[in-house]
Amino acid sequence: MYVAVKGGERAIAAAHAWLAEERRGDPAVPELSPDQIREQLRLAVNRVMAEGSLYDPDLAALALKQARGDAVEAVFLIRAFRTTLPRLAASRPLDTAAMACDRRISATFKDAPGGQVLGPTFDYTHRLIDFALAAGLPVPPAPVAPPQAGPMPHITGFLDREGLIRPEPPSDAEPPDLTRAPLALPADRALRLQALARADEGFLLALAYSTQRGYGSTHAFVGELRIGRVPVAVEIPELGLAVEIGEVELTECETVNQFAGSKSEPPQFTRGYGLALGMNERRTIAMALVDRALCARELGEDVGRGPAQDEEFVLSHCDNIQASGFLEHIKLPHYVDFQSESEGLRARRAAALAGREAAE
Amino acid sequence: MTGYTFAYLDEQTKRMIRRALLKAVAIPGYQVPFSSREMPMPYGWGTGGVQVTAACLTPEDRLKVIDQGADDTTNAVSIRSFFRKVAGVATTEATAEATIIQTRHRIPETPLAEGQILVFQVPIPEPLRFLEPRETETRKMHALADYGLMHVRLYEDIARHGAITRAYAYPVQVEGRYVMDPSPIPKFDNPKLHRSPALMLFGAGREQRIYALPPYTEVRSLDFEDYPFEPTKAGHACALCGDDASYLDEVIVDDAGGRMFVCSDTDHCRSRRAAGRRGTMAAPFEDAAA
Amino acid sequence: MSAAEPLTGGFAAPAPDAARAFRAILEAMAQPGRIVRLAGAAAPAPAGPALAAALLTLADGTTPVHLAGDHDTPALRAWLRFHTGAPLMPRAGAAFAVGSWAALLPLSDYAAGTAEYPDRSATLIVALDRLEPAGARLTGPGIAAEARLSLPETAAFRANAARFPLGVDFLFVCGDRLAALPRSIRVEAA
Repeated sequence: MYVAVKGGERAIAAAHAWLAEERRGDPAVPELSPDQIREQLRLAVNRVMAEGSLYDPDLAALALKQARGDAVEAVFLIRAFRTTLPRLAASRPLDTAAMACDRRISATFKDAPGGQVLGPTFDYTHRLIDFALAAGLPVPPAPVAPPQAGPMPHITGFLDREGLIRPEPPSDAEPPDLTRAPLALPADRALRLQALARADEGFLLALAYSTQRGYGSTHAFVGELRIGRVPVAVEIPELGLAVEIGEVELTECETVNQFAGSKSEPPQFTRGYGLALGMNERRTIAMALVDRALCARELGEDVGRGPAQDEEFVLSHCDNIQASGFLEHIKLPHYVDFQSESEGLRARRAAALAGREAAE
Repeated sequence: MTGYTFAYLDEQTKRMIRRALLKAVAIPGYQVPFSSREMPMPYGWGTGGVQVTAACLTPEDRLKVIDQGADDTTNAVSIRSFFRKVAGVATTEATAEATIIQTRHRIPETPLAEGQILVFQVPIPEPLRFLEPRETETRKMHALADYGLMHVRLYEDIARHGAITRAYAYPVQVEGRYVMDPSPIPKFDNPKLHRSPALMLFGAGREQRIYALPPYTEVRSLDFEDYPFEPTKAGHACALCGDDASYLDEVIVDDAGGRMFVCSDTDHCRSRRAAGRRGTMAAPFEDAAA
Repeated sequence: MSAAEPLTGGFAAPAPDAARAFRAILEAMAQPGRIVRLAGAAAPAPAGPALAAALLTLADGTTPVHLAGDHDTPALRAWLRFHTGAPLMPRAGAAFAVGSWAALLPLSDYAAGTAEYPDRSATLIVALDRLEPAGARLTGPGIAAEARLSLPETAAFRANAARFPLGVDFLFVCGDRLAALPRSIRVEAA
């Protein structure tokens, strides 16, 4: 006698209750506030903002709390929220040359107007666990320098002036938006950059690294990496002017890459471009390398030397919400498909074994 | 639920999906690209089906949701409660009473009727994807109706195994034109696609594709004259309701690996038992006892 | 409510009204020849209630609309812009084209899709003086055996169907009634 399993709804409710308890952890340990996450786990918050494509540190912090620290789950929460938001206006293009930089380095020139500014970087820390942190001691204040007076122009501008780097003429064409139109291939560079800006950081890192090891090499130098705040302005048609509505923290990386030239173009440098919401150094450098690798076709370079050059491959697989959803869906019931497979396999095995016996 | 519009999606998104649905119906079997939204459930969990259902639902509808043929599987339960919450629609488990049925991997055993809509959740809408991973290539093949590669692959299967091994997501050709993936239904269900009186809509969220079969559309499972298509199922009768013609789930019932076979369509099985049909391992019918 | 005013005539309850209108249009498109009723919307003349409801349900800022012939009036333009935000466009770039059959011809003016993207094609919303289940014989997907529909002619529809999977699709409106003819349908004279 057999009675089929029932009560899916109750099981789901119980699982959610258990999940909430697990998320909270030991109630004897004080609960984390989103403020604490926003201030003290800022790089995690930044990753969620970048891949969630939404500049809202408080919401990203809350998403991280709800997701129990799982970045991809937190990005998912942000994305699902983002799609429901009305679009009230589009900002004017951000002027990253006007960035108030906390960090600005160039690997191509020893010095340049604006100078090299290390900023709050892990770069030269020795990776030794700081056991004193566990004690939660107060942090001594960092020394303060007077703010930079002069402008901090883009490094690639100097190469531009000399004609050494391939020009990227500005355009007023409305950029495509892959959250509003289905991905159509081939994609132009603006669409690729949008996809990369919200792509999974691990995927970008691995692809960028593969180009450095020869799978579609682009010989990149970091022309400039800058991190800081940029004002956001919105055009108000009724007023006929642009109004500054706030500022966002951005990371921008321009790489300078070799280009041997083509039939129509002389040898010159080219650039890879990376941009991310928040302080996001690793992903921005990786994005610039992958962006440049994906330009191979337009530049008439030898394509097919690495996965990073393969636009369809990269754009179809870079989104971690799509990837993790599809990966994990194989844990959903597949009884029906599995039954049809096993029935077929049993029949083929029986036929094969009978054939073998007959032959013996 | 506050803060969200009827059936969750904003009106502009619904219009976009509705336009895609009309083109899909106008070009049966052709995959219409649509700008799938990020839903509050993971890709692979039915985001395409949910968007299609949300774009079709009216307050008067009665919705049925099944996964693997069953109304009580966790994903079906979850999607059904989503629509109860965001659209306030009535739900049912009875196939005949539903106006819209969202399904994953099965077509109900009860024959569908004119006026009903069956919405399939589709993981990989491209039937040629496993032969050619590039969308840019498969799109050309569909444009040219160049399905030679598919026939070659099926024939290789026959050469190696003496039969076409594809057991589910078995490709079909629609009105002699587009080759279409019927979603991962067992090939047992393929004949139900042919000239069905119901409208069949297919939604693939992650892959951003919608396609459709209007009622009474000619749908042929790909085969060869000397190797005709054969719908298959386990060679048993349902242990609960005794049906020997319905599609069966396999259940392991003891540590020795003993099995039983039961209808995958829970509504079909329940109504047969309610009508007094009994299989070899049937308990007294639970509703009758209540 | 005066249908001549551009700011009136929208759905009273936009989400459920549009949902009901869409289901009627979907039913019509899925079962060519079937005549459905669309209510709840009003637009300036010569547009009837079914035309108004179809435009409210399907058109928005992303779908260029072409108003042909006597449908290209300042009042209807203003109504369309206010309620849908749809940009007006010449025939070639239109997602929807609206007018009488004579004003809409020839069909070769409209996008018919491409071999790779046959869906990138126009939908023509044709205002007819009569719409009845009689006349031209329709067969094909969506139709159990055959259907009849009072089409204004047959040659143009046959030529359109012959291009399948390319082609345009049709919605026919008359008062509060609507029927559809997708490109997949074979059309023969009565």
